[in-house]
Amino acid sequence: MLLAAEDAAAEATHAAGWFLTHAWLIPLIPAIAFFVIILFGKRMRFHGAEVGIASMVAALVIAAGTAVQWIRYTGHEAPPVIRSWTWWQSGNVRFGLGQHIDGLAVMALLLVAFISTLVQIYSLEYVRGDRRFTHFFASLTLFSAGMLTMVLAENMVQLILGWEIMGLCSFLLIGHWWEEEANSRAALKAFFTVRVGDMGLLVGTGVLFGLLGTFNIADINAKVAEGGGFSHRTLTLAAVALFIACIGKSGQFPLHTWLPDAMAGPTPVSSLLHSSTMVVAGVFLVARIYPVFHQGLDINVAGQHVNLIAVIGGITVLIAAALAFVQNDIKKVLAYSTVSQLGYMMMGLGVGAWTAAVFHIFTHAFFKCCLFLCAGSVSHTGSHHSFDMKKDMGGLFRKMPVTAWTWLLSTAALCGVPFFSGFFSKDEIIDSAHHNHYTIFWIVGLVGAFMTTAYMTRATYLTFFGQPRGAAAHFVHGDHGDHGDAHADPAVDTHGAHDTHGDVRHSRPLPFAPHDSGWLITVPLIILAALAVVSGYLNAAPFHIEKFHHWVTPKVVEEMVPEGPAFRWLNALPSILLVAAGFAFSLYLCRQVYGAAASAWKGLTRRVAPLGAGHRFLVNKYYLDDLYEKVVVHGIAHPIAQGAYWINQHVIDGIVNAVGIGGKRTGGWVYRNIDQRVVDGAVNGSGAAAQGAGSALRPVQSGKVNQYGALLFSAAAVAALVLFVVNR
Amino acid sequence: MWVNNFLILGAILFCIGVYGVIARKNAVMVLMAIELILNSVNLNLLAFSQMHHNADGNVFALYIIAVAAAEVGVGLSMVLLIYRNRRSIALDELSEMKG
Amino acid sequence: MVASSINVAQNVGFYLIAAVMVGAAISVVSNRNVVHAALSLVLVMAGAAAQYLLLAAEFVAVTQVLVYIGAVMVLFLFGVMLTRAKLGRDGDLNNRNWGLGIPVAVLMLGVISWAVLDGWKDATLPADRGPVSTKAVSDSIFQPYLLPFWALSFVLLIAAIGAIVLARKD
Repeated sequence: MLLAAEDAAAEATHAAGWFLTHAWLIPLIPAIAFFVIILFGKRMRFHGAEVGIASMVAALVIAAGTAVQWIRYTGHEAPPVIRSWTWWQSGNVRFGLGQHIDGLAVMALLLVAFISTLVQIYSLEYVRGDRRFTHFFASLTLFSAGMLTMVLAENMVQLILGWEIMGLCSFLLIGHWWEEEANSRAALKAFFTVRVGDMGLLVGTGVLFGLLGTFNIADINAKVAEGGGFSHRTLTLAAVALFIACIGKSGQFPLHTWLPDAMAGPTPVSSLLHSSTMVVAGVFLVARIYPVFHQGLDINVAGQHVNLIAVIGGITVLIAAALAFVQNDIKKVLAYSTVSQLGYMMMGLGVGAWTAAVFHIFTHAFFKCCLFLCAGSVSHTGSHHSFDMKKDMGGLFRKMPVTAWTWLLSTAALCGVPFFSGFFSKDEIIDSAHHNHYTIFWIVGLVGAFMTTAYMTRATYLTFFGQPRGAAAHFVHGDHGDHGDAHADPAVDTHGAHDTHGDVRHSRPLPFAPHDSGWLITVPLIILAALAVVSGYLNAAPFHIEKFHHWVTPKVVEEMVPEGPAFRWLNALPSILLVAAGFAFSLYLCRQVYGAAASAWKGLTRRVAPLGAGHRFLVNKYYLDDLYEKVVVHGIAHPIAQGAYWINQHVIDGIVNAVGIGGKRTGGWVYRNIDQRVVDGAVNGSGAAAQGAGSALRPVQSGKVNQYGALLFSAAAVAALVLFVVNR
Repeated sequence: MWVNNFLILGAILFCIGVYGVIARKNAVMVLMAIELILNSVNLNLLAFSQMHHNADGNVFALYIIAVAAAEVGVGLSMVLLIYRNRRSIALDELSEMKG
Repeated sequence: MVASSINVAQNVGFYLIAAVMVGAAISVVSNRNVVHAALSLVLVMAGAAAQYLLLAAEFVAVTQVLVYIGAVMVLFLFGVMLTRAKLGRDGDLNNRNWGLGIPVAVLMLGVISWAVLDGWKDATLPADRGPVSTKAVSDSIFQPYLLPFWALSFVLLIAAIGAIVLARKD
């Protein structure tokens, strides 16, 4: 039944501070704000945005307080601060709601609250005047509430609750401009693809409960780490099922196809949900109940060179990075880059580098969010709401200096240029793969670093350097002829926020000549870019800083995974060299292919057949979408229907025919011997009566279902009345 | 608490559902009214189950929920088919069964 | 004392939820906006789930929430969308002779109420018995009522296949 009594706080609670014991307020505030916005938002001065931002700021303040107290509290190797209230109870199984505050949760809380706040501020400008402005902020706030609920979940059921709220908000926000069919299709695709994975979450949680008898995350970790008393094979099953959920949510191969399509949503949504926070939920889940995966998949057992998590992560790193090369849409490049980086995190967890992988969540959130917001800024005031790098960008460096510099800093962090944050986290993952004897994944990581630099150089070149093209070029040489290009993608241009630009006459210099966006956009960019540079110094191996490790890594994980590698510049050298090589190679290629001068590289894919085939293969995204739609949907749903039809035609018809023939023969016999002689007389009389009654009742057979219903129910009522009176 | 409380509530919901089945024209709305009827039956079953304190009523309430799910699935796909063929799901335009 | 105060609380809860349910049910069958009618149906279902909890049938209540509010309502909303029903007000939702429904419904209500009030005059629910445990329910499903359970699984299978066959485009 529904109760609200707290079930015994952990003993450690007394030693912890107020913020640590009240961290459950963090998701509660945005949850309440959501209802306020949805009910009263439209009548407010800023249409609900102020409530959303205020709630996020409040959550951020509490999260920051929690972080400070946690850092102070970890001085004595503290256990997590757990509080739990009974949500409902069935038999002797209790489903709780509560908080499980440890380093990982504090890190994620702070990250989500911080980035949500910045993105909401950015959105004030970006979606200003949109026809569903209030709904947009309501969904963003609900998303934050869901994500915060998930990261401080005390048990698996609460985790699922937050997980599904996020899925719902992702659907709502991708389809924010659902008038365009492409957008609503993308929303449905994201929702259904993730749902396929979510089945694994339910199955895995159920198997874990059957195995360990608890939903409680702390208990699950402790019991699995302790080992014994349960079947290892069942644990493997649970780990695989849960990992399928992570594949769906975190866009891992082979369910990654939804994430690039999800870019149909507004840019702030892409930067918050689909790059920095929601999509790392899968990685977070693996990190949260890491003992289950570590033991279930035998990670770090001597002699193991591959395991499921590392393989999926490694494949994802490479295929997504390859796809990022052939995209013309700046947001799609970033989307595939996100997929690839999520692959790094998974790979890190797969090779036992827990701290490095979680640290990569932390740093990646800042620079990838910043990159997306830069892309939004470019489209907002630089390229007339187009995201097409080849058609509408180029040469924006001078015109949008703030955007360009923040982009460059974040790109450097993403590529892993030394002394930027990505270097410290990504290299740690690559180094750990080597150190823990996962040589294949060490190579995968290095190749991935090369490809990352190469595609980001291409995107940077196309966007900010070279000749201005299309919308970005308008102001410069007033070339009105090709303005249609800017509108080629109607999805970006027909929504309400930008209607004002719709009827600009192009006979005069355009009012949207590329320039930097307003301070509501640039301030978040600067903050994020600064963090993209410095956040790496929380765990900088070259300088022997291990603060992040000390604050975040829980004891149960620390005892499980092998000690991290000692940093040596010699080990980092291959990846630094590859980053430099990727930069040089890509820059050379870009200048040749996209530059003004004629070059043998131009049109290479058209002239050389194997290259062209490879290019087509990439442009078609490995034909995975075709596989899902044509083969899976048509190949499985169709045969079932065909089979049912066949059974209908052959088996059931056969039975019916046999019965019919038998019936006919019997009938013939009865007709000849009984009917003709005996019954005929009687039947003739009753037949006439039936005919008379039939024609009298014929108007009742109107063919209208409702009238039949009325007759049926009133007849039933009358019959019931009669029966009741008779039997009384 | 009287058993009658629940039984009368069930009866009221049942009759509202019956009214809906008779009065509505849109086929989806008729299906919704049928759901009301099924729910009222469940209410009765559970009231009796608690009154006699055995699980039989619960079991059949569960069965009814399952049947209702199947019914909605088939019903809505029929509605879809009708819509595809006739571009309308108004029930009073369907009179192929007229005698 | 304690038992009686629980009883009062239960009664108050019952009447509140029942009032909401009846109001929402009337809205289901009379609202002119299809989506609003569907949302009212959610309210009725949620109220029913609450009543099941009052009747100490937790498992059924949870199933009700999962299946009805979770799945069936989504189906309904898809049905509304796919048949392009007007999403706003629609004056044309009722039959021409919708009035026929009122006397039939009133007649039925009269008969049922009479039978019920006559049959269980002052019978009360046992106040002190705990909930029907999920274990007991599952024991009943898998022992005495296994046969209907099998039949039901066939019904579900056939319904799934049938829905695919009916709804696919050739």
